[in-house]
Order: sequence, then structure tokens, then C-alpha cells
Amino acid sequence: MTEHRPLLEVTDLVKHYAVRGGVLRRQVGTVHAVDGVSFSLGAGETLGLVGESGCGKSTVARTVLRLVEPTSGAIKLDGEDIAPLSKTALRPYRRSMQIVFQDPFASLNPRMTAGDIVGEPLSVHGIATGAKKQERVAELFQQVGLRPDQMKNFPHQFSGGQRQRICIARALSLGPRLIVCDEPVSALDVSIQAQVINLLIDLQRKQNFSYLFIAHDLAVVAHISHRVAVMYLGRIVEIADKHELFANPRHPYTQALLASVPIADPKARRIAPLIDGDVPSPINPPPGCAFHTRCRYAMDRCKTERPALQAAGTAHQVACWLNDGTGQAASYSTFVPA
Amino acid sequence: MSEAKTAETVLDVRNLQTVFFTNSGLFRAVDDVSFSVRRGETLAIVGESGCGKSVSALSIVRLVPDPPGRIVGGSVTLEGTDLLKLDDAAMRAVRGNRISMIFQEPMTSLNPVMRIGDQIVEAVRLHQKVSSKEAWKQAVDMLRLVRIPEPERRAQEYPHQLSGGMRQRAMIAMALACRPALLIADEPTTALDVTIQAQILALIVDLQQRLGTGLILITHDLGVVAQTAQRVIVMYAGKKVEEATVESLFETPLHPYTRGLMASMPAVIALGAKSDARLAEIPGMVPSLTNLPPGCAFAPRCKLAVDRCRQEYPPLDEVKPNHWAACWRAGEMAEAS
Repeated sequence: MTEHRPLLEVTDLVKHYAVRGGVLRRQVGTVHAVDGVSFSLGAGETLGLVGESGCGKSTVARTVLRLVEPTSGAIKLDGEDIAPLSKTALRPYRRSMQIVFQDPFASLNPRMTAGDIVGEPLSVHGIATGAKKQERVAELFQQVGLRPDQMKNFPHQFSGGQRQRICIARALSLGPRLIVCDEPVSALDVSIQAQVINLLIDLQRKQNFSYLFIAHDLAVVAHISHRVAVMYLGRIVEIADKHELFANPRHPYTQALLASVPIADPKARRIAPLIDGDVPSPINPPPGCAFHTRCRYAMDRCKTERPALQAAGTAHQVACWLNDGTGQAASYSTFVPA
Repeated sequence: MSEAKTAETVLDVRNLQTVFFTNSGLFRAVDDVSFSVRRGETLAIVGESGCGKSVSALSIVRLVPDPPGRIVGGSVTLEGTDLLKLDDAAMRAVRGNRISMIFQEPMTSLNPVMRIGDQIVEAVRLHQKVSSKEAWKQAVDMLRLVRIPEPERRAQEYPHQLSGGMRQRAMIAMALACRPALLIADEPTTALDVTIQAQILALIVDLQQRLGTGLILITHDLGVVAQTAQRVIVMYAGKKVEEATVESLFETPLHPYTRGLMASMPAVIALGAKSDARLAEIPGMVPSLTNLPPGCAFAPRCKLAVDRCRQEYPPLDEVKPNHWAACWRAGEMAEAS
């Protein structure tokens, strides 16, 4: 995709959590939350990360920001590996990476004014104080579509959508190059969702930062992303340019996921769900391809050998043994209105 | 209303009014709303937070917390009986028996310290004179009906041992155990992943059609509506603003709010939607119910609003056959489309 060096390059990222049990709190198992994830993200690009609960998408986001310590793997920001850095050494890098969380109610301190919340990063990093800070905060408020006179208000005086705007202003305050959005619109109503998505897109066009955008809502991800990665049980199973992924999904899981999205058209009703059963536990993920337990095309090889991501067409990678590792061509009948 | 239609009608809600008394004044959560549900039919109620869709459902089963809420007018007729006139004991005999409800979060609606089977047995024995052994057998049968694998073993388990999808299946089993005439599902799949949502919706629709239950599906997701419902009500600020068959609603939405909702949804993928464009947004936000504007509540956010909209509330007119909308300009929109 990008000729020049990517802004963010993640290689073989692993995050395991120990499961302890018994009287002696011995380790009795391991949660494979993230199990060897690699991707890169260019400047000004948006990479969407989709998958169901427990697939590890949020853990990836938090590990990239080092809010969660990785078990192993490299996280290169502008060519510099930030995974082994100490907390102090990491501090200058924190300025360039920010996050917007899902719940704008829980992520704002109820006892601080909106202006103080947005201005806090400026004081923490010693960038601006006093009148200069106030001026910068007012500017940020305008950028996200809030009025500067709302700076003195407290979070409870704002609606959900406005609160998410405060979170975005806070993330923007340090002029970051990467913003991780962890389900930023899932808690909002549809009409407000559109306002926030539009704001995120506009800000990116003006300021050219990158988004790592995590959501379970495929339609939202499809709208905002340039490229999309699909995760299942701690691994990326498919990654491609957005249009390519939605037009030619090649992993059976991606196909099932797309086919499960209810289409807002009564003429395109689908009868049977494409996959049965639940996601297996990440404590003992199935050997081989983790999806083989629910996959309608599973072969013997899928049960023993884990497929690696490999090229299947332009700007398209898939981890599936079918058809010499290029996955299954989508059967169009499942997507097109009957 | 024709004879045949009334005979089939399971639930008939007329001019329902539910109000809340709060410190900031009285607000009308449900304001003069009427609708009916037939046997085996799915009626979807759509709207955003605070539009009154959940309070409408709670009013039907008379579970609106009082105080601060109260049903102040209208009638709720279930199989010929006005539920609003029943005493508490009679109402208890209706809930879980003739009307059941499924809520959004299955973990909070199941008792965490009671086995799944026992919870279904409790519901069954409350309404039917059967032995506990017979009730347990019914519970296991219900779990099998909702396609829970190994129902005998699962009936012995506690809610925390089940996945989210399984818990919602167990809730459905409990809700349908007494073969209710009406099932109310309030955002039944909102907390679930999309592949599980597809399974649960397919299950609810299949069972509802097999058992002939009337279904009220409350949701904010127009995709879910299009995939499951026969008729749709759109609510805004406590009022019904549009009602139509699902085909008619998606083909020609006649209220600007419905149009706005449809346009603000990100285009559905896989059908070759290539829009990198901005989403159409509805400006502003839902007005506070304690401080509604005069005239149409949607007027401040509406691109089509004219002076009349800001002064007079539009009546709910049958703009096209079987398609009602409360908008002064619905007629123009119907002609234009």
C-alpha cells in the first residue's frame, strides 16, 4: 500500500494472560488474548479492526499504546520499537498516541469541567499553561463542534454525543499522529453516531493523523476505514483494502460475519444464519485454524496446522488453507438480495 | 375494523398515555399511541433512546415504575380483556403466561443463584397446575426447542456457565414456556455479537411463527427490523410518527425523521456500497421531553420544516393505503416518490 515507511508497524504481537487457580494460585492455564498479530498502518490511514467479543481486538489496541504490556512482539512507531522502552523513555512517544474509548460516561472525570478535561494533557506534558492553555482548549472545542462557552460545564451537562466530542478533543490536544478508537460510537444513537463518524473523518482529512479503529459494527468500520483486518480468537484471519474485503471476502469467517449483518432492506431477507455455535474459549483455543470448529469447509489439515496470512490477490491477505491458501471465493448468493 | 381482523388481533393498544412526574416537571413518555398486533405477526417499534419505545412495552405489562411513572389514559386489550382494568393479582396471572418479555441483557434478567431448569419450572408452575417432575420435563423440552445442545445437562447449570447467546436462548425458552399469546422482545440481540444475533433472530422468528405468537420487537436497528418484522412503528419523543408495512416503510419512508434515520446509517457493505462520502446526519439531538417545542417535536431538526410545523402538531394521516405518517408534508413526499 504505502511506499514510504509506515507510521505504525506491529510484528508478531502476543499477549497472554495467566489463569490461576487452586489454593497456591498456581498457573492452571493461559488466555491467548492476542496470539501473533502483525499489521502496519500508514500516515493518514485508517485501519479497521473487526471481530466478535473476545477476539482480542481491544487488547491489540491497548497493547499498541502500551496501556497493557505485551508478552512479546515489536511495536514500531516511526521505526522506533516502543515495546521494550521503560515508562520514562516511553513518555515522549505517548504524546503521539491517543485513545478514544467506547463509553463517554465512564471515561470523563465527573468532577472536572469539560475545559479542564481537555486541557489536562497540555499541563501534564508541559505544553501550555494559563491563558495560552485556555486559548488552545477553546480552539479544540471549536474543532470538535462544541462551543467554547461550554468549557465551564461538567460532563453530566452534556449528551452522549457531546461527551464523545470532549473525548475526541482531549485526544487531539497533543497533536497526536495515531489515535486509537475503541468502539467510539457503539454507545450512541444512530443519528448521533453519524455526526461523530463524520467528525472523525473530517478531522483526519484536515490533520492527516492515522486511526486504528476498533468496532464490532461492520457497517461503521466499512464506512470509516481504508483497510480492514478481521480477527478471530487472537489472530488476524484476513486483512485487505476495504472495498476488496467487502467485495471479495475470502476467509469463511469473514464471509459468515458479513452475511450475519442484518441488511436494512426487507427484500434482501436471509433465512438461515451461516454459522452455528459460539466462539471457543481463548483459554484452550482449538489447534490448527482456530475457526475450524465452526467452519463449513474445514478439512483435516485445518485441524492440525495453523494457516499463516498469505497473499491472495492485490492488497489482500488471508489465513486459510482452502484453495492453496487463498481462501474460499465468496458465493455471491449469500450477499446479494434474493 | 373487519370481523376477521378483530378475531385475529391479539393485542390492541388504544390512545395509550404514560407520564412521568419528575423534579423538572411532568413529561409524556408515551403520548397517545395506538397499535395492534395480530396472531403470528411481528410488529417492530423503532426509535432512539428516550423515544418511548421501552415505556410503551412496560405499559402493556403494567411494569412502569410508579412513582414516578403512571399510565393516565387509553386501553390495552389483550385477547378481549382490558389489562389496565385488572387488579394486581389478575395482572400477575397474565404476565409470563399470556404475555412474556425478553430483555436486552440476559445476565441481569436471569437469577444467578438458580439453575436454568428451576427458573423455567418456576414460571411454568406459577401458571399451570403440574407436578414438579412434569414441569422439569417441560423445561427440558423448552431448552431443546430453543436448540440448546444437551438440554438435560444445561437445565442443571447456572446462568454463569452459559455463553451470552445460550443465556438469551434460555430466556426465550422461559418466555415461551407457557405459550403466551404475545411476546415482547426489548432489544433482544443488542448485547450479542452479530453472528449470534443472526442465530437468535432466526430462532425467535421461527418459534413465533410455529407457535402463532404475536411479537412486539423493540429495536433501534433498522437492519433487524427489515429482516424480521411485518409491520413497523417509528416513534419520536413519545409519539408514533409513522406506521407502515415493512416493505412500504423501506420503499417510501414518509416521515422526515424515518428518512433521516435511514440515511444516517452507514451504507451496508457487500452490496458494493463504495461511499467514502460523509454520512447524512440529523442535526441536533432528541429534545428533552420536559421541554418539547410547540408543534411537531421533530421540526427543530427537520430540513423540510415550514412555519406550520412549528405551531401545530400534525395529525397521523393515512397518506398511502396502510401507511400512516404524522407530518404536514408527508403528502408532498408521497407524491414526489
